[in-house]
Amino acid sequence: MKIIAVIGGETLRFVELVGRFGIFLFTTLICALAPPYKLMPIVKQVRFIGAQSLFVIAFTGLFTGMVLSLQGYYTLTKFGSVGFLGAAVSLSLIRELGPVLGALMVVGRAGSAICAEVGIMRNSEQIDALECMAIDPYKFLLAPKLIAGLIAMPLLTCIFDVVGIFGGFLVGVELFDVSAGAYFQGMYSSVVWHDIEMGLIKSVVFGLLLVWICAAKGFFLHLERDGGFGAEGVSRVTTSAVVLASVSILVCDYLISAVLL
Amino acid sequence: MTEEKSEIVIELDSVEKSFGTQKVLDGVSLQVRAGTTTVIVGASGQGKSVILKHMLGLLTPDNGRVVVFGQDMAKVSKKQLSAIRSNFGVLFQNVALFDSMSVYDNVALPLRERTDGKETDIRNNVEEKLALMGLEDHGGKFPAQLSGGMKKRVGLARALVLNPKVVFFDEPTTGLDVSKSNEIYRLFFGTQARLNYTAVIVSHDVPKIFKLSDRVALMVDGKLQESMSPEKFQLSDNPLIRSFVLETMGPIYSSEVEESRLYETL
Repeated sequence: MKIIAVIGGETLRFVELVGRFGIFLFTTLICALAPPYKLMPIVKQVRFIGAQSLFVIAFTGLFTGMVLSLQGYYTLTKFGSVGFLGAAVSLSLIRELGPVLGALMVVGRAGSAICAEVGIMRNSEQIDALECMAIDPYKFLLAPKLIAGLIAMPLLTCIFDVVGIFGGFLVGVELFDVSAGAYFQGMYSSVVWHDIEMGLIKSVVFGLLLVWICAAKGFFLHLERDGGFGAEGVSRVTTSAVVLASVSILVCDYLISAVLL
Repeated sequence: MTEEKSEIVIELDSVEKSFGTQKVLDGVSLQVRAGTTTVIVGASGQGKSVILKHMLGLLTPDNGRVVVFGQDMAKVSKKQLSAIRSNFGVLFQNVALFDSMSVYDNVALPLRERTDGKETDIRNNVEEKLALMGLEDHGGKFPAQLSGGMKKRVGLARALVLNPKVVFFDEPTTGLDVSKSNEIYRLFFGTQARLNYTAVIVSHDVPKIFKLSDRVALMVDGKLQESMSPEKFQLSDNPLIRSFVLETMGPIYSSEVEESRLYETL
């Protein structure tokens, strides 16, 4: 009987959590769409999520492209197909690695910060203060972050792809003397709009996911089962937000690929 | 004050609230009249702040009603709740200033978000409130650069910036030394006389707070003992109130001279 009670309790908790997060997303989206529209908070968040993630995105993209090119070169050499190096690097980046690795990097850099910021605001009664001042925290605090995530992630993904392709070029063409023409021709002939579209759709979904999960975890810090109080509570909830957002991105990546391929 | 003739602004009617198995409020009833100062006293962990959160609409009761400006807080729409709250000012226990904003921006926030005023009007209003708090030279600082007493004054400036009808104070002098506490009480007294707001204060700073109040109510184990004038409170036969008065006003209340000096200046 105790096992049934535990399973029942956990199920109810899960349903409650899904409902709470669902209402959170719905309310934030409604607030994002409803007037008045204020540009500056969105620009500020795009700067934080997007512009300030540029270095880490470019760095990751460069080395991802380089290692793809390195691995691709040794594999393709065995089959005498080095001419496909450009196609292999670019397709891997545009369809999968650009959106996924880019999103995981942004989760680590900006998602954790969003969760910690909102969580500390919850802990220090700043969110209560907003409500008491008749300022909707969804509109004031959360909607700009969500819109910024939707704007910044596709842009960061594009930058990741371009820098990654350049990294592949450096290793393939400059290091292994693959013909530059073959590298770019392979890419040109194999990458179609559908591949780019898939990458962009993924990046938009991942942008939504990471801001949604990280912001909601911070926002509902006080409702955490293990207690969300103090620095330890913020630290614990931030860790769980990063893990949950990362896992959700990987699961959604598979689902989107399965639907769009 | 003519409190018996003034309208009831806030009414709690048999409010009950539990968190898990712990009953925090057990049939709490209280009336707050316009223009008065009501103080809720009691030891830590008795549910004083929970009462305040019910009045603010941050919590809803399990049983009973919280009526503010004639509207049941549990039944109002989000829009109506927002309209009710637009009459509120709140000084939180830990002030709840926005760390990433300057003092000026913290005080200007309610004006920017809730009014259509021009930036020049907002500046005039904010500067007036900062001057009232003696903070005219600190507008560009961030909360982390301020002392505890200064943070409280910024919090009070933000609470008063829209000239609210009701101002809630949650432990306004917690963590402050005697002189800073006196400064806060002085500002409270001065601003209430000037802006004529209704005040609800949750405090354990007895007996100082008595001299500023019209009604005092004691919270013990989730139950609110009868609300009465501070004079009657101190002479009450209620054993719980008597015990509280003896405990707080006996050994602690020793600085008569300092007290009288404070209230001479008010």
